[in-house]
Amino acid sequence: MKLVYLSTVLFPLFGSILAGLFGHKLGRIRTHQATIVGVAVAFIMSLVAFYHIVINGAPAFNETIYAWAVIDGITFEIGFLIDKLTVLMMLVVTFVSLMVHIYTIGYMRDDPGYQRFFCYIALFTFSMLMLVMSNNFLQLFFGWEAVGLVSYLLIGFWFKKESAIYANLKAFLVNRIGDFGFLLGIAAVLMYFNSLNYTDVFNAAPAMTNLTMDAALNENWNVITVICILLFIGAMGKSAQVPLHVWLPDSMEGPTPISALIHAATMVTAGIYMVARMSPLYELSEVALSFILIIGSITALFMGFLGIVQNDIKRVIAYSTLSQLGYMTVALGASAYAAGIFHLMTHAFFKALLFLAAGSVIIAMHHQQDIRKMGGLKKYMPITYWCMLIGSLALIGFPGLSGFFSKDAIIEAVKASELSGAGFAYIAVLLGVFITALYSFRMFFLVFHGKERMDDHTREHLQESPSVVTMPLILLAIPSVAIGILTIGPLLFGDFFGSAIQVLPEHDVLAKVGEHYTGVWGFILHGVFSVPFLLAAAGVATAWFLYMKRPDLPGVIKERFKGIYNTLDRAYGFDDFNSTFFAGGVRRIGRFIWQYSDVKVIDGVIVNGTAKTVGLISGVVRHVQTGYLYHYAFAMIIGLLLLLSFFLPW
Amino acid sequence: MNFEIPNFAPAVPEIFVLIMACAMLLVEVYRDQSKDCTIIYILSLVTLAIAAALTLALDNGKTQITFDGMFVSDSMSSSLKLFTYLITGAVLVYSRKYLMERDIFKGEYFVLALFSVLGMMVMISAHNTLAIYMGLELMSLCLYAMVAMRRDSREAIEAAMKYFVLGALGSGMLLYGLSILYGATGTLDISEMATIISAGLSEQDQLVLMLGVTFSIVGLAFKLGAVPFHMWVPDVYHGAPTAVTLFISSAPKLAAFALVMRLLVEGTGDLIEHWQSMLVFLAILSIAIGNLVAIAQTNMKRMLAYSAIAHIGFLLFGIIAGSGNGYASSMFYIIAYALMSMGGFGMIILLSKKGFEADTLEDFKGLNDRSPWYAFIMLILMFSMAGVPISLGFWAKLAVLQALVESGFVWLAVAAVIFSVIGAFYYLRIVWYMYFEKPADDVTPISSGIDVRIAASINGLAILLLGIFPASLTTMCDVALGLY
Repeated sequence: MKLVYLSTVLFPLFGSILAGLFGHKLGRIRTHQATIVGVAVAFIMSLVAFYHIVINGAPAFNETIYAWAVIDGITFEIGFLIDKLTVLMMLVVTFVSLMVHIYTIGYMRDDPGYQRFFCYIALFTFSMLMLVMSNNFLQLFFGWEAVGLVSYLLIGFWFKKESAIYANLKAFLVNRIGDFGFLLGIAAVLMYFNSLNYTDVFNAAPAMTNLTMDAALNENWNVITVICILLFIGAMGKSAQVPLHVWLPDSMEGPTPISALIHAATMVTAGIYMVARMSPLYELSEVALSFILIIGSITALFMGFLGIVQNDIKRVIAYSTLSQLGYMTVALGASAYAAGIFHLMTHAFFKALLFLAAGSVIIAMHHQQDIRKMGGLKKYMPITYWCMLIGSLALIGFPGLSGFFSKDAIIEAVKASELSGAGFAYIAVLLGVFITALYSFRMFFLVFHGKERMDDHTREHLQESPSVVTMPLILLAIPSVAIGILTIGPLLFGDFFGSAIQVLPEHDVLAKVGEHYTGVWGFILHGVFSVPFLLAAAGVATAWFLYMKRPDLPGVIKERFKGIYNTLDRAYGFDDFNSTFFAGGVRRIGRFIWQYSDVKVIDGVIVNGTAKTVGLISGVVRHVQTGYLYHYAFAMIIGLLLLLSFFLPW
Repeated sequence: MNFEIPNFAPAVPEIFVLIMACAMLLVEVYRDQSKDCTIIYILSLVTLAIAAALTLALDNGKTQITFDGMFVSDSMSSSLKLFTYLITGAVLVYSRKYLMERDIFKGEYFVLALFSVLGMMVMISAHNTLAIYMGLELMSLCLYAMVAMRRDSREAIEAAMKYFVLGALGSGMLLYGLSILYGATGTLDISEMATIISAGLSEQDQLVLMLGVTFSIVGLAFKLGAVPFHMWVPDVYHGAPTAVTLFISSAPKLAAFALVMRLLVEGTGDLIEHWQSMLVFLAILSIAIGNLVAIAQTNMKRMLAYSAIAHIGFLLFGIIAGSGNGYASSMFYIIAYALMSMGGFGMIILLSKKGFEADTLEDFKGLNDRSPWYAFIMLILMFSMAGVPISLGFWAKLAVLQALVESGFVWLAVAAVIFSVIGAFYYLRIVWYMYFEKPADDVTPISSGIDVRIAASINGLAILLLGIFPASLTTMCDVALGLY
C-alpha cells in the first residue's frame, strides 16, 4: 500500500514538473494530458486507498517514508498517516482537482500561460495531498506553505493586471500573519512534546492537561490552550476566518478554475481539516473550543451579510464561501468535528460546482462578471442553469440535497452544545441560513431570470459552453445532490472516523443529535418541518420578491438604509482599517526608520560601509592579484613567515 | 638485506590503473592516426570503471597496511577513491566535445588524466611521507601539463607557468617540512610518527617538530588553495581550458583532503592544539577573502575559483573541530563540493561552443528563456553552493557547523555563517541573471552534445536527490572515518 500512497502524491508532482519545465516543448495538448493523467492516477489511487481502508477495513497506515535528518534528537521526516479522515480528504481533493483540470482545458483555451497554469494546479494537488496525508507537523507545515505559495502564484496568475498583483500580495501578507501563529504553535508543540509526530503528541497530550507556562505579568497559561489557539490562528489565515478573512474576496482576481479548486473546495478547508486532525488536542481545551466557536459564528453570519451587496458574480460566491467556512469552524468549535468534515466535503462539491458554473457564465458573457449586466441567461445556457440551480439549492440546504444534511447537522450540534458561546453561535448559524438563501437566489435570479440587461453584442454571442466545461459541471452536480443521502449515516452517527477523530464524552454533541436519528428519510422529514428550512424558504421568497416581483424595491431600501448599506459595501471597513492602520502605520514607522536609522546608520555605515569595505577589500586584493608570478611567490613567503612568527610556541 | 614479498592485494587498483595508463600510451602510438582518439577516451572510462569495481571488491572494511608501511587501504581510502573515479569519469564525459572543438582531443589528455588519478590514489593511500610526496608530485605534474594542453593559447600557457612555478615552491615547502619531521622523529612512517609524538618530546624537539608541521601546512594550504597561498587558484582556473579547470577543481580536492587527514590528523594529531590555530587563521582568511572577492568578479570561472577558496575555508573548519564528527563533516563537505564544482564548470562547458567560451556572468543572462531545464539545474547547483536548505550544500555546511559548535568554536561557526550569507549574494546573482534578465540578442540555442547534457542533468539531479536523502552520504563518511 505504501506504493499506492506514494504514487498518489508523486504523480501530480511529475505532471507538474513536466508541465513546468518542458511545457513549451510538449505543447498545449500534451501538457494538459500529462497533468490530467497525473491527477487521474492520484484519484484512482485515492479510490484504491478508500477501498482498502474503508471497505476492507484495513487498519490505519502510519509509517515514515523516509527520515530526512535527525538534528539534536528531533527527527525531520516525511511520513504518511492514512486513516479514514485522510482517505476522505484525498478523495475530495483529487476528484475536485481532476474536474478542475478538465474544465481548465475549456476555460483557459486562449490563454498564453496555459502550460504554466497546468503546472501550478498540478503542483497544488501535490502540495494539498502532502498536507492531508502527513503524519507529522513538519510535513503539515510544508504542505501548508506549499499550498499557500501556489495560491499566491495563481491569484497573481495574470501578473500584468494591477489588481491581481495587489490581491496576491494581500493574500500573501495576511497568510503570513496566520502562518506566524501556526509556526509558533508548532514550535510550542516541539518545545513541550519534544516530537513532531502526531501519534507521539496525541499520546502525550492527556498527561499535559494541567501544565502551564509562565506568560507575561505573572499569568500562567495552560499549555494545551496556547498551542491550540496558536495553531488555530494558522487555520484562521488559511481558512479565512474573521479578522484574517480579508484576502479571500480579493483572491477572486485569479482565474475561475482556481477559485473553485483552491479558494472554495480545498485549500481554504485546510484549516478545518487541521483542527479536525488535531481533535485529540482541541478536546483538552474548552477555552480554545469556545474561541473557535465564536470566531466561526462571527464569520458565518457577518460574511453572509456582505454577500447580499456584492455585484460581481464571483465575489458573491466568495462571500458565501467565507460564510460556509464559518459554519465548518462553528462545527469544530462545538466538538462536532465529523459534522465539520462532512460539511467540508459537501461544500467542496457544491461550491466547486457553483464556481465552475459561474465560470461558464463568465465565458459566455465574455468575461463580464457584473450580475447587474446579466439576466435571462436560462434559455441560452440550459446545462449551466440547471447545474447552478442544483448548486444553489444544495448551498441553502434544500431538503435531500447534500448541503441540507451537513448544515442541519451543524445547527443541531450547536444547539446541543453546552460550551460558552454556543448560544450566540446557534443564533448566528440560524440567521445565516436565511442570509445564505437570500444572497444565493438574488444572484441566481439576477443572472438567469428577469430582463436581459447585457449589451446587444454580448447577447448575439451567448451560447452554452463547450463540453469540457459542462461535463465537469454535470459530474460535480451528481455528488452535490447525492453525497449527503449516501454518507450522512456512517459519517455523522456511525463510527466512520473511528479513532481518527476523538471526542470526549462530555463534548459529544453529535451523539446527542444521533439519539433522535432514525435514518435518512426521518432526517429529511424532520428537516422539512424545522426552523432552518422555513428560514431558507423565507430567504428564497425574499429574493424572489425583491429581485423578480418588485425589482424597484432594492434601490429604495438601499436609499433608506444608506448607513447600513455603506457599512456592508465597505465590508465593515476591515480593508480601510488594515490599509490605514496596519499598512499606513507600518509605512509611517518605516518612513521614520528609513529617515533616521536607515539613511544614516544602515545606508551610511552598514550598507554603503559594507559595500565600501567589500569594494576596498576587492580593490586591495585585486591589487595583490597582479598576475605577476613573483608577487604571488612573495605572498606565499609572507604567509609562511606569518605562520612561523605567530603560531609557533617559541 | 632481507626482501619480503609484500601483499599486493590492497594496491591492485593502483597497479591496474598504472598498467592501463601505460597500455594506453602504447595504443596511442600505434593507433590509426587518421582517426580521432575516441578509443583512448573509451579505454580510460573503462579503466576507471574496472578500477572502481576492484576497489569495491577489495574493500573489506579493515585497515590493511602493506609495502612495508608505505601503503594503507582503509574505508576512507576506498570511499575517496571511488569518488575520485566517479568524478574523473564524469569530467572526461563533460570534456569530450569541448576538447574536440578546440583541437585538443588527444590521447595525451586522457593518459595524463589517468596518471593524475594514479597520483591521487597514491596520495589517498599513502602511509609514509615519501609516498605522500610521490603521489602529490605525480598528480601535480600531470595537472601542469594538462593546463598547458592548448599550446596556442597565451592564457593557458601563462596559467601553466604560474601553476608550475608556484607549485614547485609549494612542493618544496612541503618537502622541507617533511624532512624536518623526519629529523625530529626519525621516521617516515605515519603511524610510527604518531606513536613517537604521543610518547612525548622534549621542548626543543617539540619546537623543531612544529617547524616541520608549519612548513607542511604551507604545502598543504597551497595544494588546497587556502589564503594566503591561494593566488594561483583564480589565474589557473581562469587560464586553463574549462575542461581542465573542471578536473583541477574537483578530484584533486579529494586527494588533498586525504593528505590533510593522513599527515595532520593521523601523523601529528597529538599536536592539534598547535596547528589548530594556524588552520583557524587560514580558514577565516580563506572564507572571508574567497567570498568577498568573488562578489567583484565578472568572469564565471574566476568567480567559481574564489568560491572554491571560500569552500576550502569550510573544509578546514571541519578539521579544526578536531573530532570524529568534524573530520566526517569535512569529508562530506569536500565530496559535496567536488560534485557541485563539477556541475558548475560543467554548465560552462554545456553553454560553450566552438570558438565561444560561456565563461562570463553575462552568458548566463536569460538562461531560463533559452532552456528552462538547464536553468533549473544551474539553480540547484547555485542554491547548493550557497547552502540553501534541501540542497546538498546545506547539509554539508550544517554538518561542519554542528561539529564546530560541538567542539566549542561557536564564534568560528558564527563567522562561517556570516561569510556564507555574504557569499550567497554572488550565487543568487546568477539565479537572478538566469531568471530575471533578458538574454543577449545574439544567443544561439545550446548546441552541446547529448553526453554533456545527460551528465549535467544527472549531476544536478544527484545534488538535489542527495539533498533530499543526505543520510546515504553522511553515513558513508561516518563509516569511512570509523565512527560506526
